[in-house]
Amino acid sequence: MAERILMKGNEAVAEAAIIAGCRCFFGYPITPQNEIPEYMSRRMPEVGGVFLQAESEVAGSNMVYGAACTGARVMTTSSSPGISLMQEAISYMAGAELPCVIVNIVRGGPGLGGIQGAQSDYFQATKGGGHGDYRLLVLGPSTVQELVDLTMEAFDLAELYRNPVMLLGDAILGQMMEPVEMRERQPRADLPPKTWATTGAMGRPKNVITSLYLDPAKLERHNLRLADKYRRMAAEQVRYATHMTEDADVVLVAYGTTARIARAALERARERGLRVGLFRPISLWPFPYEALAAATAGASRVLVVEMSLGQMVEDVRLACGDTKPVHFYGRTGGMSPSPREILDEIVKIVEKGA
Amino acid sequence: MQKVFGRPEALADVPTHYCPGCTHGIIHRLIAEVIDELGVRERAVGISPVGCAVLAYDYFNCDFVEASHGRAPAVATGIKRASPNTVVFTYQGDGDLASIGAGEIVHAASRGEKITVIFVNNAIYGMTGGQMAPTTLPGQRTTTSPRGRDPEVAGHPIKVCELLSSLSGPAYIARVSVTNPANVAKARRTVKKAFETQLDGKGFSLVEFLSTCPTNWGLSPVDALKWVDDKMAVYYPLGEYTKVPEVG
Repeated sequence: MAERILMKGNEAVAEAAIIAGCRCFFGYPITPQNEIPEYMSRRMPEVGGVFLQAESEVAGSNMVYGAACTGARVMTTSSSPGISLMQEAISYMAGAELPCVIVNIVRGGPGLGGIQGAQSDYFQATKGGGHGDYRLLVLGPSTVQELVDLTMEAFDLAELYRNPVMLLGDAILGQMMEPVEMRERQPRADLPPKTWATTGAMGRPKNVITSLYLDPAKLERHNLRLADKYRRMAAEQVRYATHMTEDADVVLVAYGTTARIARAALERARERGLRVGLFRPISLWPFPYEALAAATAGASRVLVVEMSLGQMVEDVRLACGDTKPVHFYGRTGGMSPSPREILDEIVKIVEKGA
Repeated sequence: MQKVFGRPEALADVPTHYCPGCTHGIIHRLIAEVIDELGVRERAVGISPVGCAVLAYDYFNCDFVEASHGRAPAVATGIKRASPNTVVFTYQGDGDLASIGAGEIVHAASRGEKITVIFVNNAIYGMTGGQMAPTTLPGQRTTTSPRGRDPEVAGHPIKVCELLSSLSGPAYIARVSVTNPANVAKARRTVKKAFETQLDGKGFSLVEFLSTCPTNWGLSPVDALKWVDDKMAVYYPLGEYTKVPEVG
């Protein structure tokens, strides 16, 4: 078993990326994720990698696009307003099928918002963000260890599907220190060769990387082919965790940091004899619709808790249909719900039938 | 029989979509000739812009990447940094480079990125149908400056070579035209110097071409060449703006 070390979430992401073979990092400072570029600026030269502070998120994400064109393992990290600026390149990378890892350490919005943790970028991450028909694989870790493990896995998934992968964290997770194991990790063996990379046409026909299809019939064919890929991703990459859902009358649904708070509320509720369970989506896209429907089949109520005014709750309602009431409790603007507030909400919907 | 003239290997044998009298074709050919002459076709990665030259990847016989509007210098930076042995060049128009991509070109130049930028300035937006560009001359009529560009309203044209040569990062910056055989020959030598600057690891290089847009200028191809000489080259003087001193 590897040694457990105490690390801040943001720094753990950076080290995990390096262990996963990331050798190119482009980014632009924005709170609350600055420890990542700072860490990379120290470590990348030590491992023979590239660290470059871009002049903007727009440029930084297009540098990621360029490095991805060469087949390099490349990452950028940012926070909400910065991620908005990166949407141009993210759409292009999805269109051109370029692998890369994007970490969003979410803060409160809209606009300049604040710098405290939030989950209000769920729509942007899972429903598009940039223009056009495309999907990202979106993973929502809830501990620093999971942040590490999913960062490492994200590089493989990006190459497996030739698609950008986004990790959706938040300021609390990024700033939190927890013991983690940094296990050595080799890229999985079944990754396809990068025969498409543009590194000079030495001894082969030229490679072209583009997302331009002026003929609408060709663009439709391209999009339909991408849709097949997204269906494959949806079938193969559903991830979730459950806790005490087997006998639950009320199932809490929460992801990331909020899932930890919800679990604390669950324990207090159980002490009071309330049969409460927790369903935690880990892949936010693809969303675990079927697993959630199954996990809530025996429950009479569902309570979704988010650090937003209600975004994932829409996917939960899609999963549950009209089978039972789906309640929502959220805090916004960088505020996080307390276990007490969630417990109060559980009591309200159970005892008062609200 | 000895072959004395032919299509460069770096230029694909396909027809281009450019309008009659536009000089993109000449500029493409000069770049391809230089790539051949320097023997770097199999290391070259070109980056095409958004605009008239958006399909440049079809015309060059080397690896190519399509960038989003104005971001070619950032994409080039990513490619060159990730794969330093490549010979990276961007091909950008005036709207792409001097307007939406002004930030990217200034910072790539300032960082001294070891890339070569081919900047084609025809003083107008060609692909979108003749709107005002940041390089449109004072008084020049376009579809969005129908009474002629008024600097009081629309600001002044941007002189890219002069602007970028004020920075410390660039190693070679020059402005050329291809309005006659002598200028074409000079332009070819200039493009070669720009690529050599990159190959020698000296830093950022840029060649600005004063180019024509007979379609949107409403001029014949011959009058368009004359307009470049008589009007554009007055506002945008030809010549070398930044040169790294020869060493040894």
